[in-house]
Amino acid sequence: MDVLYFAWVRERIGLPRERVVTDAATVADLVEELRAREDRYAIAFSDLSALRVAVDQDLADFGTSLDGVREVAFFPPMTGG
Amino acid sequence: MVQIRVQEEIFDPGEEVNAFSRSLQGAGAMVSFTGIVRDRPEGGLDALEIEHYPGMTESALTEIAAEAMERWALTDALIVHRFGRLQLGEPIMMVATAAPHRGDAFASAEFLMDYLKSRAPFWKKEFVATGEAWVEARAEDEEALERWQGES
Repeated sequence: MDVLYFAWVRERIGLPRERVVTDAATVADLVEELRAREDRYAIAFSDLSALRVAVDQDLADFGTSLDGVREVAFFPPMTGG
Repeated sequence: MVQIRVQEEIFDPGEEVNAFSRSLQGAGAMVSFTGIVRDRPEGGLDALEIEHYPGMTESALTEIAAEAMERWALTDALIVHRFGRLQLGEPIMMVATAAPHRGDAFASAEFLMDYLKSRAPFWKKEFVATGEAWVEARAEDEEALERWQGES
């Protein structure tokens, strides 16, 4: 699946998107896998309360299933308007 | 009719309101709101940069506008939101709503603003001479959503 990062999550991880091959069942499982990769991921995902997630471009939560999902995005709380 | 535009180019809020008002049929009230790039309280803002999530942005705004159309007796709604690098005093975004009566137009415009502030995928970053910083979401913006959630 494609994993996208926005705003400071993108800056901390150092890339806007990447292709991830995973068996993670939920968003939270995917976060655990990413955290284990490298420090920059561990830092970006250190406080999940500061993060929001979208699954296939719909706002979701960390318990959301990744079954059949093509795109997951992580970002800080939005500041539109 | 609902119109959604996500664009980098600057826009003229007056021209947008004129075009919107000319397109109306059956409305007796029109409300518009424009958000403008303001300086920091301590001054010194060089620019504001807005990042967004292409694809999701359009669908999130469309969903928010559709909900407004359903909740109030609106004839039309317009949302314009910019991204990219913006200068002090430039318009960031605007909403316009039209309805047979003013109550629906006012309430739905506030609803659109409250929702797109914290539910549309935009992120603002301020640039000053000494560096740059992401604008943090405010608790009041999240609380502003709660008043719409009890109502049907």
